[in-house]
Order: sequence, then C-alpha cells, then structure tokens
Amino acid sequence: DWTLWRTTFGPRAASALTGHESNHSEHEHGSSLSGIPIVTFKWHHVETPYLVALFILVSFLAKLVIEANHHVTNIIPESALLICFGFILGGIIWGADKVQTFTLTPTVFFFYLLPQVILDAGYSMPNKLFFSNMGAILVYAVIGTCWNAASLGLSLWGCHMGGAMGDLDIGLLQYLLFGSLIAAVDPVAVIAVFEQVHVNEVLFIMVFGESLLNDGVTVVLFNVFDAFVSLGGAKINAVEIIKGIISFFVVAFGGSLVGFVFGLLISLLTRCTKNIQIIEPGFVFVLGYLAYLTAEMLSLSAILSIVFCGMCCQKYINANMDENSVNTVRYAMKVFANGSETIIFVFLGISAIDKTLWVWNTGFILLTLLFVIVYRFIGVFFLTWILNKFRLVPLEVIDQVIMSYGGLRGAVAYGLAMMLDENKIKEKNLMVCTTLIVVYFTVIIQGITMKPLVTWLKVRRAAVSELTLIEKVQNKVFDHMLVAIEDISGQIGHNYMRDKWNYFEEKWMSKVLMKPSARKNRDRLFKVFHQLNLKDAMSYVAEGERRGSLEFIRNDHAYIDFKKKFDDDYYEEVMPDIMADMSEDHGEMSSGRDPVPSVSLEMHEQNMKAVRDSEDVNTHHLLQQHLYRGRKQHRHRYSRSHFDVNKDEGEVQEVFQRTMRSRLESFKSAKMGVAPPKSLSKHPKKEQQQKMSNGKSLDKTRSYYSGDEDFEFSEGDSASGFNPSYNSMPMRVTYRAGAGIENLGFMPDLDSGPSVQLPPWLEDSSSVVPSQRAQVQLPWTPSSLRRLAPLRTSTRSTDSFMMADAPPNAQQIDLPPPPSPPASPPPPPPPHHHM
Amino acid sequence: MGAKQTRSAQKYQDLTDKTGFSPEQIKNLHKRFQHLSDNEETISRENLEKIPALANNPIRKQIIDAFFDKRNQHQNEVGAFQEIGFEQFLMVMSHFRPPTLKTTEEEREAMRKEKLRFLFNMHDTDNDGTITLEEYRKVVEELLSKSGAIGLEAAKAIADAAMLEVASTNVPHMAPDDFYEGITFEHFEQILKGLEMESRMHIRFLDVDTMTMRCGKSKS
Repeated sequence: DWTLWRTTFGPRAASALTGHESNHSEHEHGSSLSGIPIVTFKWHHVETPYLVALFILVSFLAKLVIEANHHVTNIIPESALLICFGFILGGIIWGADKVQTFTLTPTVFFFYLLPQVILDAGYSMPNKLFFSNMGAILVYAVIGTCWNAASLGLSLWGCHMGGAMGDLDIGLLQYLLFGSLIAAVDPVAVIAVFEQVHVNEVLFIMVFGESLLNDGVTVVLFNVFDAFVSLGGAKINAVEIIKGIISFFVVAFGGSLVGFVFGLLISLLTRCTKNIQIIEPGFVFVLGYLAYLTAEMLSLSAILSIVFCGMCCQKYINANMDENSVNTVRYAMKVFANGSETIIFVFLGISAIDKTLWVWNTGFILLTLLFVIVYRFIGVFFLTWILNKFRLVPLEVIDQVIMSYGGLRGAVAYGLAMMLDENKIKEKNLMVCTTLIVVYFTVIIQGITMKPLVTWLKVRRAAVSELTLIEKVQNKVFDHMLVAIEDISGQIGHNYMRDKWNYFEEKWMSKVLMKPSARKNRDRLFKVFHQLNLKDAMSYVAEGERRGSLEFIRNDHAYIDFKKKFDDDYYEEVMPDIMADMSEDHGEMSSGRDPVPSVSLEMHEQNMKAVRDSEDVNTHHLLQQHLYRGRKQHRHRYSRSHFDVNKDEGEVQEVFQRTMRSRLESFKSAKMGVAPPKSLSKHPKKEQQQKMSNGKSLDKTRSYYSGDEDFEFSEGDSASGFNPSYNSMPMRVTYRAGAGIENLGFMPDLDSGPSVQLPPWLEDSSSVVPSQRAQVQLPWTPSSLRRLAPLRTSTRSTDSFMMADAPPNAQQIDLPPPPSPPASPPPPPPPHHHM
Repeated sequence: MGAKQTRSAQKYQDLTDKTGFSPEQIKNLHKRFQHLSDNEETISRENLEKIPALANNPIRKQIIDAFFDKRNQHQNEVGAFQEIGFEQFLMVMSHFRPPTLKTTEEEREAMRKEKLRFLFNMHDTDNDGTITLEEYRKVVEELLSKSGAIGLEAAKAIADAAMLEVASTNVPHMAPDDFYEGITFEHFEQILKGLEMESRMHIRFLDVDTMTMRCGKSKS
C-alpha cells in the first residue's frame, strides 16, 4: 500500500494529475516546435509524487531531529513534539502559499495512513492478555464510548439552551453527532503516549484495547447520527433507532468477521509460499490492507477488521513463513506504522495553520474540553466500579485515574470531523476547530503530564527487567495449576475456557492453518534449541574472532576466560529469548519478553539478529578477501528473487574440500592416536560409551598430542557449546549438581568427548587462519543455517573421515535432519565454576 | 430436621472462619466434593485422577499430590494423607482465594507468601526444605512431558539453567568448589519477588452453582 499511497495521494493528487497531463501535452507540443531540447525542467510532471515524497522525508527528518534530543523527549512525548513541528511547518507553508495546501484529508488519513498503524497494533497484540481482559475492554469500548458521546452531546445542547455559547446553529442531533465523533479514544495517540510511560500491562491493554475496539462504536454512532441529521429530527422514530442499534452489532461483528476471514486467508496462503519467499511478506500487507478496504466497502468497521486480521494471523504466519520473512514482516510493519504515525502527527500540526478553519467560540470550545475530560473520568470510574464487582483482580483507583487521563483523542476524531458535510452542518468549521483543540490539549498537555502523573501516583510499572528463567517456568506452572484447580473445584473460569480454547486451537485450527513441518516443530523446543545453538555458536565465533581465531585454543587461560564470558552472555541473553519462545509454544502469545513494547511502534530489533548479521558481513568479507576473490560472488545482487548469499555449490564444495584436505593431513599426523569414533551414529548406545572412553583417552593423550590443533580445537569448540544441544546445555551446568553427577575425574574433557561429532569443516587444522575462520563461520551464513543440524548429524559418522580421501561432496550437507538427538550423556559438570 | 440444619450451618460457619470462603462458596464446593467422592466422606487420589478435564494437564500428578500433602493444611504436620475429608479439601482450595478490595496490604503479603509456600511444597517433594536439582528437573520435565524425547532433553537443560540462575542470584560469589544444594524457601521467595502473583494464583469461586451451567458460555 506504500506505492499506492505515493501515487494516489488523496483527491488533491487526482486533480494535480489531470492538471499535469494537460501541462505535459502542452509542453510536448511546444518542444516539437523548437527542436529537441537537451534538458527540460518538468516540474508539473512530477509535482504530486515529488511533494509527497518530500513531505515524508521532512517528517522523517523531523523525527530524526526530535529523537536525537533525548533530554527533550524524556519530558515531552514525541507525538507532541511532532505536532509542534507541524505547527512550524504549517506556518512556513502558509507564509509561502497564503493558503494551506497541505491538509490531512479524511481520504488520505483513513486509506493511506491509518491502516498500517492499526495492522501493526493487531499483529503485535499480546493476544493472551487481550483476551483475558476482553470483557472489561468491551465494556469500556462500547458502553464507555456511548456514554461519552451521549453525555457530551446532551450537556453541550443543554448549555446551548442555557445560552452559554451565544448564537449557534446547532441542533440536538448535531450535538450528538459531534459528541460521537469526539467520544472515541484514539489508538494512534494512545500508543504514542503510553509507549513512553511503561505502565503495567493490564492498564496498558485496557486503554489500548479500548482505543482499538471503540472504533466500531464510533463509526456506527457517527453514521447513525449522520443519517439522523440528514433525515431531520421529525422522521426519526422507534424503527430507525432500532435499526441503528442493530447496525451497531452488524458493523462491529461484521468487521471483526471480515478481519478474521482475511486472517485465516493469510495463514492459509503462507502455508504454500515456500517458493516465493521474497514476496511472501508482501501477502501479509496486501491482504491486511484488503481486509481493511473490504470492511470499508461493506460499510463495516474497517479498524476492527484489520485489528482482528492481524491478531488472527500472527501466530500462524510466524510459524509458516521463513524466519527471514517473519523478520521482514515484523520490521516492515514497524517501518510503515512508525512512519505513518509520524506523518499523522505532523499533519495534525500542519492542519492547525489554516485561517479558514478557525472559528472561535469560547463557550463551545471550553465547555467541550471540560466535558470531554469530566465525562471520561465519570465514565471510567462508574464502569470500573461495576466491573470490579466481577473482576478477579480489581482495578485500583490509581489505575482508574490513569485510564481516565489516558483518554487521548487524536487523528481519528479529526478525520471524522473533516468528513462532516458542510451543507448539513453549518458549524462544521467550529466543530473541526474544537476537535483540533481537544486533540492538541489531550495529546500535548495530557501527554506531557502523563509521565509525571504516573510517577507521582506510583502506578505499577511494567517490569523493566527480563523475566528470569525460573520465573518463566513458574508462570507455566501457574497456568497449569490454575486450570487443574478449576477442574477439581468444578468452576468454569477464564483458565478453563482458555485451556479449552487452546485445545481446540491446537487440534483444529493449527492443523488447517499451519504447515505440517511448522506444526511438527511447534512446541518450538526445536526452535529453542535452534536459537540456543545459534547463540552459542555466535558467541563462540565472536569470541574466537575477537581473540584471533585460535588463541583461546592454545591458551588454556584464555579458554577459561572465554568460558566465563560465555556463561555470562548466555544467562543474560539467551535464556529469556528461549523461554519467551517456549511460552509461545504453549499456545499463548508471550508477552513475557517485554510486555509493553511488544505493542510499541519502535522496532526492538533482536540483538541476536543484529549479531548474526554482523557475523555474516564478517564472513563474507573474509571469504571475499581470502578465498574467492575474483569469482563472481556478486551474482546474487542482481537477482530479484534470490536473496541467498554463497549458495553457490562450488564455493561450498571448495570450502569443504579444503577443509577435508587439511583435516586429513592433521588427522594422519595424529596417527589415529585417539580411538577413531567409528560407528557412532549407528549405535547410539555404544556411542555414549565411546564418547566417554573418548573423553578419557583424549584426556590422557592430550598432553602427547598437544601439537595437534585438531583436537585442541574441537575441545575448545565443544566446551563452548558449539555442539548440538545436548552438549551445549550441560556445559553450562557448571555447578556441582546434587547426586547423580559423578565423573569429576575427567571433567574438563568430558566436554571434549563428543568432539567427534563436530562436522569436519569445524575440525579443521588451524594452519590456515583465514580459511579456518571462514569455515567456522560458514554455517552461519543464511543459506546454510538450515543445514546446520543435518551437518552435525551426518558428520557424526566416521564416514566423513574416510571420505576425506575421496573427493568430498557437498551433497552430504543435505541429509535430512535426525528425528531427534540421541540421548545425551549425563551432564558433565566441569570443575571450573564461574559464578 | 431443624437441628440438622443448624448443625450444618454451624459447620459451615466454622469452615468460613477457617478458610475464608463464603457459606455459598462452601456449599458449592461441598457439592463438588460429594460429586467427586461419590457421596463418600473422603476423597482419594483415584477420585481426583478420574476427573476427565484433568487428563490433559501435564502437572496433574503434582497438583493431586498437593491435595494430599499435610503441609498444606497449616498444622505443622508432614507426610501425606491417603484420603482427605471436605475440610482438608477446602483448606487446599483456600490457597487460591482471590483477594478482595478490602484486603489490606499486610494480608495481601501474607497471602502471597502462603501461595508461594504452597508452590514450594509442591516442588519440594521430599520435604527437606530445599528444591534440589533433581526435584526441579522433575517439575520441568513434567511441564514438558507432552513434547516427547526432545522435551526431556529440553527439560533437563532448562532445569539446569534455571537452577544455576537461582544459584547465581542468591549466592553470587561461590567458590569453584562450592556446592549449591538446592533452592530454599527464602531463595524461592527472593527469586520470584518480581513475579506478578495477583493474577496468577487466584481462581474465581462463584457463589452460584456452576455445575448446572456447563454449556453456553463462550470464551471471552
């Protein structure tokens, strides 16, 4: 929808386009007279898209400048600053053109700016949290919004009757219409402000969920009252009112249903996009946008539609699509959402600088502002009072205050106000102007004071720290325990319902919507290990790089240091990731990693990925420098459907061959001094014993063969967890763990026991440093990531040793993954204890 | 008749004082108890294991054990019952009572501690005051018991890592030869300090009888 937006930028764009066409033909006509011009300046040819692009650029630059000043954004929220920037920009434009050429038209806003923000909100919605608070959210969204609209409209009308606003041509219905458009809490503003104050997750989801869901109500109220205004007061009877109420349900549930259907569609589609991975992420955006447009077309709630679309598909597309695609979706989603959020706020600011808009009526404006705030408080407190009678964990007064205060109005209200028909509503400009003032007041004043208020009231914040591993485990225990207790006590509660839903979801929905392969790894223990190994390997390689590839192998001290460092890294970074994944596996959208920011618009890029990327860059740099200079390794850059780097069979093969050759040499030099681990993979039982004996023999032989980097290397290697899961994990268990863990005798080398499982390209002799590095890193290039597991297992057999003589083939790499890793040796507790 | 009613009312009153449940809730739970025990006075493990909805629960065994654990009866006894009566049943259930708006901060703290103790006892199967690695592994293993062989591997790894985490937070400077024998209750409390318990360990005990309204409720 990005391109769409650029090319068709609102109604202005249409007129400009037609205008430029005539210009263009004139121009051509003129040029044919005077011969061929070498250079022509065709501003009108590009005017509209050029201005749009320029505007976006300016908005982004504004954001850049604003975000560079942290001490300012700490006090004043970014959204407020962007609006202020909009004021300035609007002033400049006004000064230049004497007329406001840039205004936020409803078309631009509702069709090209809003959808991506809402899609992102839905896609990153913490589903579990949302659904467990669904009841309360609905009450606030439906009843609360109705209350706001009705009370505001009626009060204003009352004041009008009382003569507080002078002479205005506004009837009761028009007041109600105005009330309905300004009643809704705005999702964009709420996200922008609440993202910066990390309130606790329940509070956040309440305000945020309400702001998303009340759109259905607003749209219906707006349409109904709009129709009523057109009809005129006399023709409204009970039938019309009942129709209005029915249409509310149709609009809200219909919109959600459309979104749900599209969500399922996306999920189904991503099942079979394996061959077009490059545009796979595009489906999510296009279908999401279509969900929005379809709902709009059927005059259903478009926002609800796209929210539910995002919420439904998140789980399945994350499972179905390639890891890269998932990251792309996540990232692009944030780019779009954050970008259009920025533009929306700048636009809101610009819109203010328009003389034709400003109609001042002190009574109307101030009373509106007052009523908006007062009724919001009354509504929230009253509804919470009722809800608390039913809620398991009652909402505290402080939370209620923040909820009321967080009732920010935003661009949605402004967009609706702009949609008012001037012919029917004489005071449209007053209403727009008042809406703008309410928006500015809530976003800027309330936005700025929100943070101090939250601090002052000591609102429970979201936990800043990551959940520890044990906490995650305990959370799981809680979940299961509560279900069990409900079962035993015969109560039907949330937990019971959730459990049933999970069961249904697992049994039916996943079957249809997920790839079989994704389903298999779904309780992503595989993935847990995948990530774990990835991380291990990365820190290992990074460490190796830092220390100069092999220093730590020769140097026992360095090796220990490294292990220490590794331990730390591991605990800080890896486990939370893993557990977050774990909890997702069990069918609940994890909000564990960082509850609030999961919805936030900022892209919290995963460290891990960043690390990996830089690793990739390193690898490629090295490869290019030392191995493959002069080859056509740039080939992939020109391919539009091919993103994989170094997939070239030849390259892989060459690496492999080199490796094997040098490997073999060192192996021969070692003279088979160590029992070669034959038949390991075939007899897992034996393997274990073999490993043990291996470890021991290694221990003994180590001093004799100290010149043989090969073994040393693999030692360091496996110790640092570059091995498959069962080696990497126990290595971390460096405490002495209760009974059942013996064999302290050869502990340092138990780690090295499984060294035989290293793929040959890892066990390379280290004489050629660059190639060594390259080989160590090779598996982490994106294309071969997937092959890692197979490689490990395939090379566990001694065939690779033997094959070293024969020309090794890269085919081996493609062996299927093992069904499951063999039983692990008892976790070896090495004596080094780093805590 | 009248005497019987007053007696049962008296009994309910006692239980209310002891467990904090309202008489209606007790009445409901009593109904459930009788349903589970086939109108016997006591309930046995088999009765609980027969509950169909429980079949899918990975930590079913631990939960059921908790019901028969004497430590959860607040009487400073240890060991396990063979069968429990209604009062014991209620006592276990009372761990899951949600706080009300009237609950004071101290009471909340006490409730929290009690819940943690319950959890701790559940993991500390041999009642030696520490959750050893073996015990904790069992917990995680059961949690992941549906994942097959990989689950077992992962369980071990995760339990190990979690244990190490506890050790490193509670005993930050351990000598290489030190030995962390297990999680004590203090450590357990310490490490779960940041965990939100409010919404985690309560269930709603309805005043109305839910047995009759099993159907017709949608997920929300």
